[in-house]
Amino acid sequence: MSQIFGRRMNFISRFTIFGAVFVIVAVAIAAGQIVRSPWLTEAHVVRVQPVPFSHKHHVGDIGIDCRYCHTSVEDSSFAGIPPTKTCMNCHSQVYSDSPALEPVRQSFRNNVPLEWVRVNNLPDYVYFDHSIHLNKGVACVTCHGQVDQMPLVWRENTLTMEWCLDCHRDPARFIRPRGEIFALHWQPAEPQRNLGSRLMKAYAIRSSEELTNCSTCHR
Amino acid sequence: MLRGETEFWRTVNEYNGEFNGLQNGTDEVTPGTVPNRREFLAWMGNSFALSGILYGLSGCTSAPPEKIVPYVRPPEDVVPGKPQYFATAMPFSGYGIGLIAQSNLGRPIKIDGNPYHPASLGASDAIAQSSVLGLYDPDRAQAIASSGIISTWHSFAAALSMELIAARADSGAGVRILTETVTSPTLAWQLNRFLNQYPQARWISYEPFGGDNERGGTRLAFGTELDTQFRFENANVILALDSDFLSDGPAHIRHSKDFSSRRRIAARSDSMSRLYAAESVMTITGAMADHRFPVSSMEIDGIARAIAARCGVQGIPLPDSTRWPWLDLVVADLQREARHSLVIAGPQQPPAVHALVHAINDRLGSIGNTVIFTDPVAAHLGNQLESLKLLTDEMDSGRVDTLIILSGNPVYTAPADFEFSRHLDKVPFKARLGLYSDETSARCQWHIPESHFLESWGDVRAYDGTASIIQPLINPLFEGKSAIELMSVLLGETPQAGYDILRDYWGQHFNDFESSWQQSVRDGIVIGSAAPLRSVRIRKDFHVPDAPVQAASDPASLELVFRSDPCIFDGRFANNGWLQELPKPLTKLTWDNAALISPEKANQLNCANGDVVEIHNGERAIRAPVWILPGHALNSMTVSLGYGRTHAGQTGNGHGFNTYAIRKSNAIWVVPSARIRKTGDRMSLACTQTHQNMEGRDNVRVMTLADYIHNPDSEGHAETGEETGSLYPRFPETKYAWGMSIDLASCMGCNACVAACQAENNIPVVGKEEVERGREMHWIRIDTYFQGSPQNPGSYFQPVPCMHCEDAPCEVVCPVGATTHSSEGLNEMTYNRCVGTRYCSNNCPYKVRRFNFLEYSNFDSARLKLVANPEVTVRSRGVMEKCTYCVQRINRARIVAEEQDRSLRDGEIVTACQAACPADAIVFGNIHDEKSRVSVLKSQPRNYSLLPELNTRPRTTYLARLTNPNPEIARGR
Repeated sequence: MSQIFGRRMNFISRFTIFGAVFVIVAVAIAAGQIVRSPWLTEAHVVRVQPVPFSHKHHVGDIGIDCRYCHTSVEDSSFAGIPPTKTCMNCHSQVYSDSPALEPVRQSFRNNVPLEWVRVNNLPDYVYFDHSIHLNKGVACVTCHGQVDQMPLVWRENTLTMEWCLDCHRDPARFIRPRGEIFALHWQPAEPQRNLGSRLMKAYAIRSSEELTNCSTCHR
Repeated sequence: MLRGETEFWRTVNEYNGEFNGLQNGTDEVTPGTVPNRREFLAWMGNSFALSGILYGLSGCTSAPPEKIVPYVRPPEDVVPGKPQYFATAMPFSGYGIGLIAQSNLGRPIKIDGNPYHPASLGASDAIAQSSVLGLYDPDRAQAIASSGIISTWHSFAAALSMELIAARADSGAGVRILTETVTSPTLAWQLNRFLNQYPQARWISYEPFGGDNERGGTRLAFGTELDTQFRFENANVILALDSDFLSDGPAHIRHSKDFSSRRRIAARSDSMSRLYAAESVMTITGAMADHRFPVSSMEIDGIARAIAARCGVQGIPLPDSTRWPWLDLVVADLQREARHSLVIAGPQQPPAVHALVHAINDRLGSIGNTVIFTDPVAAHLGNQLESLKLLTDEMDSGRVDTLIILSGNPVYTAPADFEFSRHLDKVPFKARLGLYSDETSARCQWHIPESHFLESWGDVRAYDGTASIIQPLINPLFEGKSAIELMSVLLGETPQAGYDILRDYWGQHFNDFESSWQQSVRDGIVIGSAAPLRSVRIRKDFHVPDAPVQAASDPASLELVFRSDPCIFDGRFANNGWLQELPKPLTKLTWDNAALISPEKANQLNCANGDVVEIHNGERAIRAPVWILPGHALNSMTVSLGYGRTHAGQTGNGHGFNTYAIRKSNAIWVVPSARIRKTGDRMSLACTQTHQNMEGRDNVRVMTLADYIHNPDSEGHAETGEETGSLYPRFPETKYAWGMSIDLASCMGCNACVAACQAENNIPVVGKEEVERGREMHWIRIDTYFQGSPQNPGSYFQPVPCMHCEDAPCEVVCPVGATTHSSEGLNEMTYNRCVGTRYCSNNCPYKVRRFNFLEYSNFDSARLKLVANPEVTVRSRGVMEKCTYCVQRINRARIVAEEQDRSLRDGEIVTACQAACPADAIVFGNIHDEKSRVSVLKSQPRNYSLLPELNTRPRTTYLARLTNPNPEIARGR
């Protein structure tokens, strides 16, 4: 009686066994990449807004400070989205009949708020506070990117827990002097590591162990 | 530990050595649904596959898009993300309790007491805590209705004007206005103006738990109606005669504050007051008493006479008092303390008892020191019951053609023999202002939705007369109107907003109007508005009516005592799920009322818990389940009012039995003889007393004051920091280490902390069936222990939140790291990691973890979402949760402190339970700071931790309960 499996089966079975390992590893890597990809994290995805508001123009060209619109960023967990009134402070005078701004004027006339599409969004079980981050020398640009170069804004970073922890485990890499947190093009005059370590002490930033307690963000 | 080895017990069954688990048929697993092995494996396989698919799907989609909707024109002072706080006041059966309301982006979400307000002093109670849920209740009346059809305010105003034009002809002879007790200066001003306009009209005020007896007592004793106030902080010896002063009446929070200040012992030289209580049903006041004497309500009259005679009150013959062997010793104790003693009678006692008590206090010399008097705070005097009787008679004879009912629910709460609803039908024009379209509204052709106190301007006086401006936190959700806005229409004024009416009134009373107004609104009290004290003198012709003849004792008859419900009061809070699910003090019943009897009487009647009996009061009868309450007077039965609602709303309808159906005007508080008949039916009741059982270990520690002074270490042990032989490394020294101390000497089990925690931490309501399965979600529970014989046990309360063990048994068994330890010693619970294995709960020796077996949180009702605290995650199904030490408050305070470059100050972080506690029993703080209040308390000799033998090193510790018994009275418990 002849063999059921020919000689070639040796190769095929070896290929299948080792190939399976390869496939499993590849799937795992692919899954890891997918969850970090913009498809899921929505990083770098440009959002279409009801009014094509350009940070590039208002911040980059005109040089309006972040806090002119995001008024509560230094005092509150929420940075604040400007009320229609803030837009109308200028736009009752300039571009007062631009068709692109009609939704703004309409909102002001009818007392109906504009509905902006949220760009930076965290899950409901995460409690982020802007004021304390600013107070400890984390700049706007560190998380939100160069908004002065964004005609329509996008999410600069993934906002995954991995990304948050990356800083909470070693904040010295990102800490700036408090005076420079609203600057968009600031560069440290000394190596960031030295500056960061010094500022960590000066600003009494808690240890990475404390900063990575679950209850720092989750409650 | 075997039962019987322990001195303490939780239920009568346990005392008798019987099974003490969950009740039959209320197993955690629904009976009949237990699968066999094959089914179990099939279900497991299916759910495993399904969860894999769902997890894959949910992991492969990005978060749903969200909108940000900013203001068009921002209001002043609103910073998104930062709460604001406003002073306001809650009217509670007419009297004000000063509150501070927290508002997040215009939504009031949390209430606490106003430290400036005399009735609160910063504390609150369960009802005040739950009032925010009442505001957002989706069942509230939402539109003006005319005979059940939606109408408009204009149509109502027009219809009312027509009535009033007709009424003008006969000076309003047919017009009646029925209110609850009114203390609001503005509303009283409007009502009196209305009575001037229509001299023949009448204003009636009625509360089912009004103060007729107290006012009648002062009339007998002093010849005039007065309000009585008590100064418990000055009292060394207190005798409470059927008085639950810690939970009854408009001043109960203040009473708790003052009383507990004399029960907490810091230094051994501190003096402690002694409380005697003679009462029929065990109340929290009786549970706090150093000596409690179970006597029927009807006996109190004899006791008061016996004490009065011994104190030398004129004209009281010395009665036979052999039934009360303790009496002489108590009187001796009272006389020893003389002006520092206090005798107090409960509102259900007749005027004669109150008059006797005043005379006793007068003889003791305590008037002016522990008892003081003011003119009545209520705007409308006279006997409420009699005036309601007159009104029903007038309705019956057709003399009433226009009836305006401002709040109150008389169809439900009026004495049964008045047949209020039948007579009401004879009134041609009836309009009702009410929060709910309830039993009364159903019988009135006009229903006007009332605005909640959190959404309308108003004013109210506290028990001592201090006026508060009620400041709204939100615009009326359903276009409701307040009583003063409705009165303005009745007065024929151009329609005005409540704000303007209020300013009109106060404009006449403030000298420098604008600044006085601003300050009053800001502070929550009008300075200098308290009623002036009155010096009193017992009338020369002091005489009290003879004692009622005791009914012949018939074995099938009992004295029947009516009490307000400790949670839903007279029924007005029946639709509030937080209050319905709050375990009532001592009985631990939720969602139902019951007929409370003593264990001995239950034996005589051959009744067990849940056996339905028929209670006959003359020709009227109700059916009620029996509940055995240790310490209840033998020949007495207590039933609470407020249940059996038919028009309360979807939460409140159909729970319990309506006791008003047998409450008659001749015996509004106590029926001397009610016939009881066992029916043989049974009813299931949801009682939490046996839930989260710590298996009979002696968790509550009690010592007498004398023992504490002479041998302080006998029950507690100061934290010595000694190594106790744990295998785990010591907890590292950090700047902050959070801990809590709970003083059992002042805790009186009032439930304020439980309700405050529910409001602060978005704790869901689970419903009666789930409570029966032991699934209630409260993060802090109040364990009740009894000691001694069930006839008259000692009773002790122990609030149990998470212990935040340094070596927490729950953490090591979590397979997914969802419960972890923070570097400051918090036992953290991370909901988004939790997969619901429940291992942590199994391993928790204190049984403080709660599991969302079903989706208890309401994710659907838009209005109920509004009450949620945005600082705390709303948990979904399949997630474990537990006390977090209010970590959101810790984080908020820390951020504020760090932004100001300073350390956290002691007392800066106040947990929700601590803020609410009227007994100041709970203190939270940094235990690594030796000077912090919590460290000082923990260094007291009576400090102890629960189950210390387990080496869990809990951060929550207790101060042993202290009692101050009279050494001369043998421990006759």
